[in-house]
Amino acid sequence: MNKKVRKPVLAVGPFHPLQEEMEFFQLTVDGEIVTDIDVRISYNHRGIEKISESLQFDQVPFLVSRICGICSASHPLAYVQAVEELAGVKPPERALYVRTIINELERIHSHLLWAGLAGHFIGYDTVFMWAWKYREPVLDLLEEITGNRNNYGNVKVGGCREDIADELRPKILKELDEIEKKTDMLTKAVLDDPILHARLKNVGVLSKEDAIGYAVTGPTARASGLAIDVRRDDPYAAYADLEWNVITRPEGDVFAKVVVRLLEVFESIKIVRQATKKLPSGPISVEVKEIPAGEAVGRAEAPRGETFHYVRSDGGNRPVRHKVRAPSYVNVPSFKASCIGQHIADVTITLAAVDPCYSCTERLAAVEKDSKVVHDYDALLRLSREKTERIRKELL
Amino acid sequence: MSWKIWSLKKSPWVFHVNTGACNNCDIEIVGLLTPKFDVERFGIKLVGSPRHADALLVTGVVTAQAAPRLREIYRQTPKPCVVFAIGACACEKGVFTNGYHVAGPVDKVIKEIDPDAIIAYVPGCPPKPEAIISGVVKALSAL
Amino acid sequence: MKLQELLNRLSEIKDKLTKIEQASEKRIYLYCEAENSYAVNKFLFEDLGLRFVIETGIDSGPPFNPIDCFEIIYHYSDDESGCVVNLKVFIRDREKPAIESITPFLPAAEWIEREIHDILGIDFKNHPNLKRLILSDDWPEGVYPLRKEVKK
Repeated sequence: MNKKVRKPVLAVGPFHPLQEEMEFFQLTVDGEIVTDIDVRISYNHRGIEKISESLQFDQVPFLVSRICGICSASHPLAYVQAVEELAGVKPPERALYVRTIINELERIHSHLLWAGLAGHFIGYDTVFMWAWKYREPVLDLLEEITGNRNNYGNVKVGGCREDIADELRPKILKELDEIEKKTDMLTKAVLDDPILHARLKNVGVLSKEDAIGYAVTGPTARASGLAIDVRRDDPYAAYADLEWNVITRPEGDVFAKVVVRLLEVFESIKIVRQATKKLPSGPISVEVKEIPAGEAVGRAEAPRGETFHYVRSDGGNRPVRHKVRAPSYVNVPSFKASCIGQHIADVTITLAAVDPCYSCTERLAAVEKDSKVVHDYDALLRLSREKTERIRKELL
Repeated sequence: MSWKIWSLKKSPWVFHVNTGACNNCDIEIVGLLTPKFDVERFGIKLVGSPRHADALLVTGVVTAQAAPRLREIYRQTPKPCVVFAIGACACEKGVFTNGYHVAGPVDKVIKEIDPDAIIAYVPGCPPKPEAIISGVVKALSAL
Repeated sequence: MKLQELLNRLSEIKDKLTKIEQASEKRIYLYCEAENSYAVNKFLFEDLGLRFVIETGIDSGPPFNPIDCFEIIYHYSDDESGCVVNLKVFIRDREKPAIESITPFLPAAEWIEREIHDILGIDFKNHPNLKRLILSDDWPEGVYPLRKEVKK
């Protein structure tokens, strides 16, 4: 298909059912190798920072939880922590534990979702179906705790809005055992599969130096040997009270990113187990009467990396400035470093490995050479799956 | 009823469009394919092009950048087709009501090029997969 | 690095700063004028090895600044101490606000400088790719949504 494309029109095929969002990557290719990338993000820009200035402080969590569906617990948490820092407020201990439980459950279902999508991109649709099936019990649990599968609406300045009923605790522990078993099966299947090793090792490598230059965070950073994790470095909620490990890998390739995410699920299970058992009694919020003038920073480790919120107040009841930095904002540009020099068959999985929270930034894919579309998204996906098939045939 | 409507109701092929959504609705839509909900057993199929679609599942608030693209997709979808506005943002902008970069909601943008467009609304933030299935089935039965 | 070492090292550039403020155990605010921004940022990133987080552009005025001006806050993280170092840079020229881009030595800044250019109209000199990033293709020129005069 040769089309003169200046703007992304549907015919380019960006709206594949499983590539959910719209962003615009223009990849320049020389033969089958990527030589340059240009990015245009605008399809998802909703002007959230400006809307925030028209809301009252306690309305903002409802806005920011809708920045991104699968970081929907991390954004409001980072925001309320900024406001609590501004106001000098310390939420009660029980609230810190409830926040931890919800955020880690979100990490579990987000990483499983990602594993499914990654499987899909390389032609492992069984992995996709499996991962999404075993993610459902986590969503059911979150629904029982907070009332919604997503967009929990559970944090507020000063604590939490809803408590975790003590009767739910045995159920949470039981579900965790099940999830752990299933994740164990999935992890072993992935780590033992020679085709996946051949398909994903040395693909989409992000060097440690580039990881620093692009200031990446989260599993994208940890898979390139950068041992950074907000939960440990600038502890919040209950993380300082619990035992868990920061998972890193030095290789920086797609395989390393898969391993980091899967192993993180086990750490999250550990955290939720401890937090559920140790859940202290007491109130779940303190009353906050006024937000004084000043400024503060709040951050949380979302499934994709560090979520950073800066809030400035003039003593009124609305933020004067609210800056939101989602992790994908720094992770997605690193795609430039990990993708240039790659074969086009590896483009989709390299981008997916960054786990772009596509609505934290945006996404759409097209390939262009001299203003001619050479490969649209569907073609790139097909090439990716064909490569997996070739490897399978070679190895078996 | 025309055979076109009959076939639409029997086995609707749907095309998913994200016009600036947070992803929650999109994930719930993709979740419809997965074992717990498995909509393919009802004949509902997610297709890769609007040219093959009977219905559009539109999520998101329709940002200024997405609006012309949404209209283009609607034009390319053969008629009759049903436009489903999935989620609070698509139905009536949700929390993004005052956004400076928001052209939506979905019905406003579509009706600019087709005042007689058939639009169905599935509210929720996000609507549960059961709600989406129920909404799609209800709207198609009412046709 | 540990907090005390961080504070010691920050004093190496105190001649380029107008103020160093330790707001709390893990929050430091540095103040400087636009002409020193490039040098201070380079020091924080290359010499101190701090991790770049993001830039916040603000159309500022009273009560934070007696006279209206633009602020760009460069946020950095020292992951070992968990400290966030916020460098506040003041751009006093409101008619033609401009500042030296830090993208040449810090690729991570490319997008946010393009974004601030879109929403506040600040020019980033020597930016390798100062094209529109987040506003739509048909967004009117000269309308900067995060400026105070644009109504909420």
